[in-house]
Amino acid sequence: MYDLIIIGAGPAGITAAVYAARKKINTLVITKDIGGQAAWSGDIENYTGYQFITGPDLAAKFEEHLKQYGLELKESQEVTRVFKEDALIQVEVKSGRFTAKAVIVASGKFSRKLGVPGENEFKNRGLTYCATCDGPLFAGKDVAVIGGGNSALDAALSLERICHHVYIVNNTEELGGDLIMRQKVLAGTSITIFNKARVLEILPSLTCKDKSDPRCKMLGGIKISLGSEEKIIDLSGVFVEIGLTPNADLVPEVKKNKRGEIIINNYNETSIEGIFAAGDVTDVPEKQIVIAAGEGAKAALSVFKYLMRKN
Amino acid sequence: MSKSVLIYSTPSCPFCVRVKQFLKENNIPFTDYDVGSNEDKADEMIKKSGQMGVPVIDIEGEIIVGFDKEQIKKSLGI
Repeated sequence: MYDLIIIGAGPAGITAAVYAARKKINTLVITKDIGGQAAWSGDIENYTGYQFITGPDLAAKFEEHLKQYGLELKESQEVTRVFKEDALIQVEVKSGRFTAKAVIVASGKFSRKLGVPGENEFKNRGLTYCATCDGPLFAGKDVAVIGGGNSALDAALSLERICHHVYIVNNTEELGGDLIMRQKVLAGTSITIFNKARVLEILPSLTCKDKSDPRCKMLGGIKISLGSEEKIIDLSGVFVEIGLTPNADLVPEVKKNKRGEIIINNYNETSIEGIFAAGDVTDVPEKQIVIAAGEGAKAALSVFKYLMRKN
Repeated sequence: MSKSVLIYSTPSCPFCVRVKQFLKENNIPFTDYDVGSNEDKADEMIKKSGQMGVPVIDIEGEIIVGFDKEQIKKSLGI
């Protein structure tokens, strides 16, 4: 049994781990990857101490800092459920279960899904949630960006430079995001915008004859609704940029707000005693690397005091 | 004799950078293909992995999609 299990190793989880290690709390860290969303960031210019650092470099720094303390770390592990049983907190992973006196949930956010037929089938087969990563593979092709906020506009602008044509499928009256980005998108000569439009389905490639060719398993288009009409667009790539959703389903019993974020108090306590939470998975007002890191520190110090009271 | 390691990546993808950092830290030599600019290699990657997400790592014919550190370690025996 552990005193503390930290779930996640983004800025919040890693900072919590560093603080826990320095307080000599018997700690286990369970995480899918290291760096969390920070590792996916391009250029970071607002993390104190670094005038400029890339996401991957900051994630490498985090990892180095974490490993210096020799904490027990389980990587590439997904936590399926966290719950309280007999005054202890149980943490289930696919292949077993761990027990601790306290848990910090720092599982962050992940890309929101469309929830339409074909989405899972064509994930990484033309459909992607990371325009920065996979964009270059669609050079010269027709693609669609789903969404109308800053991340969607950013994706559309970078894709416009390399793709043949970019369709934006936006479900509101008009594009959101910052004015300067909107103006650039509206000025784009190879961008078509569909407002008040919804994706209904991701479609297979119809022209592909040779079924043994792996390219035939890639998507071939999308079906969208435009008011009362339906429209099929032939294309090779779909970039889903409709925001983020908290990774909070693993703790079904704690109280959440209407956005699905875990509600915490000033001490990072949740509605269940012994379960703490920190960073982007919580209702903390701003989602920033430096804030997540600070929240992680706060959560670890609260756990330290909690364990002192319990022992 | 070290195993042959091929990386299919794009310049902009954060986990492509991380996987290459990881291999360098462990002194594992590798060949890196930019599938954004090299269409033949992009085709090869799709044929090998049946999908288009990067990075794809080919360790002597064993195909790993994404920066799956545990799988990479296992397959390299490190």
